[in-house]
Amino acid sequence: MVQFTLPKNSKITTGKTWPKPDGKNVRKVQVYRWNPDDGKNPRIDTYYVDMNKCGPMVLDVLIKIKSEIDPTLTFRRSCREGICGSCAMNIDGINTLACIYGADEIKGDIKIYPLPHMAVIKDLIPDLTHFYAQHASIMPWLETKTNSPAKEWRQSIDDRKKLDGLYECVMCACCSTSCPSYWWNGDRYLGPAALLHAYRWIIDSRDEATGERLDELEDPFKLYRCHTIMNCAKTCPKGLNPAKAIAEIKKLMVERTV
Amino acid sequence: MAYLTDRKRAMGMGAAKSGVHHFWAMKVSSVALVVLIPLFVFTFGPALGGTYAEVTAYFARPFPAIIAAATIWVSMMHFKGGVQTLIEDYVHGLAQKVLIIATICLSYALAATGVFAIARLAF
Repeated sequence: MVQFTLPKNSKITTGKTWPKPDGKNVRKVQVYRWNPDDGKNPRIDTYYVDMNKCGPMVLDVLIKIKSEIDPTLTFRRSCREGICGSCAMNIDGINTLACIYGADEIKGDIKIYPLPHMAVIKDLIPDLTHFYAQHASIMPWLETKTNSPAKEWRQSIDDRKKLDGLYECVMCACCSTSCPSYWWNGDRYLGPAALLHAYRWIIDSRDEATGERLDELEDPFKLYRCHTIMNCAKTCPKGLNPAKAIAEIKKLMVERTV
Repeated sequence: MAYLTDRKRAMGMGAAKSGVHHFWAMKVSSVALVVLIPLFVFTFGPALGGTYAEVTAYFARPFPAIIAAATIWVSMMHFKGGVQTLIEDYVHGLAQKVLIIATICLSYALAATGVFAIARLAF
């Protein structure tokens, strides 16, 4: 459901401003903070980081803050090279991975929020439970009815190429949480990430559940809430195009009906 | 509050197994409007600002009358589908059902009124 204002307990307040160090290359970093245990509203804390003593990426900035300024700052991170999808957050107004987004790409202050329109667990950590369950619901695995071959399911080079631009998805949730349709109807609309994965299995030449997969998607909400807004393609830190994958599913739906 | 598993919450009541007809109807009507709207603009233009007698005489001709009636009908059917999607996006619960019914009634009422008006001019 559309909400024009934040609920009372989600209204953001001004938080603590940490001391500014001396230095020529000091940048102001504003970070969304929320602690589930203190009963207070979310706040924006202000930190100052000397970029001459810090790595180049936004994740480096966050790690420096956590290590040297404020150990209570909470965020997910793991691989620090854009392959695990853990550090997805809203940086400078766009959903992206902190580890592959350079601080020098941001003009002015560095503003960091959690992924939009998701329940927050703490600080920059969104609750992705429903997002993952939706991904599981599209059966993200090879479904076959023929007995397994002695060696392997064979696939031509051309058919394998069809999976390029799809298999690279790291499930960071940047696309789904940038999608207004997912904001308003995320309980029923599967969202760009799950639909991109659905298409990855629909067009896999080895998969034998194409019909069932399309059946499970033919729904005014699960699939057709996509209105080709394209925020997903714009924000994807891996440069993928979920909107195109969704359009291809819609084309297949028409192909088997009309 | 309900103790549902995450998977059950994600699956909901399953797929409605419909939606493609609505999608296809919107595509067909948009293609029709791409043709009809320019034709309507160019056939309606000459009648604009004419006297009552001139306008009735103009719409007594089959081509302008058929184009005008088809444009009104197809655009209202397109409006019906589009606004229904819009309401489904932004409104939920009972209000959603009421608004969808009202939109459908309004669309047919406007389409019928338009076609009747063209018929009155034509005959």
